[in-house]
Amino acid sequence: MKVVLKELTKIFPGRTKKAPEVVAVNKFDFEIPDGKLVGLLGPSGCGKSTTLYMICGLQKPSSGKIFFGDDDVTELSPENRGVGLVFQNYALYPHMTVKQNILFPLQNFKGADRLSKSEMLERAYNVAKLVQIDDLMDRKPSELSGGQQQRVAIARALVKMPRVLLLDEPLSNLDARLRLQTREEIKRIQRETGITTVFVTHDQEEAMSISDIIVVMKLGVVQQIDKPQTVYEDPVNLFVAKFLGTPPINVFEGYVSGGKLFIGEDRVLDVDGVEDQDVFVGIRPEGFIYDEKGPFHCALRNVEVMGRDVSIVSTNGASLNPIIRSIVDADNKIDVSAEKVSFTLKPHKVFIFNKETEERIRFGKSEQNSQTSSKED
Amino acid sequence: MVDGKKQWKAWLYLSPVILLTLVFTVWPIINTVRIAFLDDYTLMDDVGGMTFSVGVYNFEKVINYPEFLTCLKNTLLLTVITVPISTFLALLIAVCLNSIKALNRLLQTIYFLPYVTNTIAIGIVFSTMFSMVGTGFGGANPYISTAGIINNIIGVFGIEPVNWVNTGSTYWANMFVMCVYIIWNALPFKILILLGGLQSVNKQYYDAAKVDGTSRVRTFFRITVPMLSPMLAYVVITGFIGGFKEYSSIVGVFGEEMGPAGNEGALNTMVGFINRNLMSGSPREGIASAGAILLFIIIFAVTMLNMYVSKKRVHY
Repeated sequence: MKVVLKELTKIFPGRTKKAPEVVAVNKFDFEIPDGKLVGLLGPSGCGKSTTLYMICGLQKPSSGKIFFGDDDVTELSPENRGVGLVFQNYALYPHMTVKQNILFPLQNFKGADRLSKSEMLERAYNVAKLVQIDDLMDRKPSELSGGQQQRVAIARALVKMPRVLLLDEPLSNLDARLRLQTREEIKRIQRETGITTVFVTHDQEEAMSISDIIVVMKLGVVQQIDKPQTVYEDPVNLFVAKFLGTPPINVFEGYVSGGKLFIGEDRVLDVDGVEDQDVFVGIRPEGFIYDEKGPFHCALRNVEVMGRDVSIVSTNGASLNPIIRSIVDADNKIDVSAEKVSFTLKPHKVFIFNKETEERIRFGKSEQNSQTSSKED
Repeated sequence: MVDGKKQWKAWLYLSPVILLTLVFTVWPIINTVRIAFLDDYTLMDDVGGMTFSVGVYNFEKVINYPEFLTCLKNTLLLTVITVPISTFLALLIAVCLNSIKALNRLLQTIYFLPYVTNTIAIGIVFSTMFSMVGTGFGGANPYISTAGIINNIIGVFGIEPVNWVNTGSTYWANMFVMCVYIIWNALPFKILILLGGLQSVNKQYYDAAKVDGTSRVRTFFRITVPMLSPMLAYVVITGFIGGFKEYSSIVGVFGEEMGPAGNEGALNTMVGFINRNLMSGSPREGIASAGAILLFIIIFAVTMLNMYVSKKRVHY
């Protein structure tokens, strides 16, 4: 089921009469293709959960429309939309067994949709098998681990065969190891069922790893919608560049003069076709090449060996982050006692942004792979 | 934990409470049991150093009092009628209060008022509200004027005035007034507890139920009630205990005669029975003690039953 959001907006009134109203989501336009796994990504308060709840129907949009396929569901209540929602803390009914929890949505069916007892049980067991909890059916939620509870919650959402599956921060209540496992699991379940799925997360790694498409949001405004790799490799603005990637992108103050990019005194890169101006320069940690004769000089702090890679920690006066982290191949023999370290930069890992608008300024080669469906503020 | 050296300090601080409890709670309990099993006990003889023969004489006597059976019947009736009704009403009101936003605080305060009002005072108000004192009442004149607001209200609907609490009123009319009074008086505490419980239920359960298209009735019985079950169990258990100890409410409405004029003692309760035996001109401590122990046994048994049921039904 394809899900279309048209100029979806949610405005919350101020707490008092004088307090300004809060625009939680601002003109969200998006068409979620059928059967895709979409991650809504952004920091706290960016409107991603509000968007999810509007798709679900628990919150009414202030303006704009929501379509499931060709059906306008904007005015429909949640139960009439055919959505399955998995809550952040799962919201499993504590007094019911796993089986009763999964059966609960089916028992709400009325009239012609009503299933016989055996059909209900069959469907409950099928979905339990899908999420691999069929041997836990008689337990109470309190007797399950966090990961198992999560699966029960997904099973409960899937059992009524929703047209759209919605997950609110599905992994945030799990420990690190379980999180890795569960995100693969969500991906697998989504693939097997083929249900259009939207999930909300503030963890960029989570979003990158399992989404088919990610939507980056900031203060209610969509910043960029694209495949995870594209968003990482071709961010539309400084916010997106900073939000994605671990370790985070290194940001510098710099300027362009005569088609050359300068950071401090160092002429680091050729940027043909860019007008002379002050810019922010973002360089991905893997965008540095360790090169004694390189044009970019930094003060060496220390070197962290991480097996496959080496992480060079250095400082530079123009850097906006306290330290610069660059990841280079472990084959490099780095003089740890040296005071300075020099780099050559990989042009496609360097992004420059307008100093006022923080929008991306494209240059040279990177212009060719800029087929993003990006959206300006 | 307090280490050994400091322990005496802890005991010192606790001593006033322990002392008072020993003197005014523990010893009276022991003494009550002792007196209950002593034949023909009187305080004077006890102080005078007389010894009494030991036996179940007092219990036999209590059970054979027709008055005791009336008291037992009244107590059981009042409890069995009022506890379920007041619990159900309290649940209903609590759910309604919880679901409205406007005037929520004001209404909570209004519903809580009976709790902080004196029982006897409310009783007097009730007896006035239900009274039937009029110029023509009891005379040959068929015209009956009533002073009580309840009879005035039902008069509007064309119903004949009922003699609720005055001379010549029937037992069931009296019982009805008492049940209304006790239910009304029991509501505030129950509402308070249940409302607290409702407010602590995570809203997400209701969101989840809504997304799954659960009807309101089903949400109430399958989610709200189980979620509230610990509070409901508490309210029911304390309700039963309070019901068995009913006494001052009847004094409030009918005075110490425990019944309408001409039918004194008709609404007496267990506690009233114990009280009357102690307070009469020649106190019968043995009978009162035996009655108290019987009351204790009944409350204990019912509470155990409650606990047994709630163990199976309550989801903590």
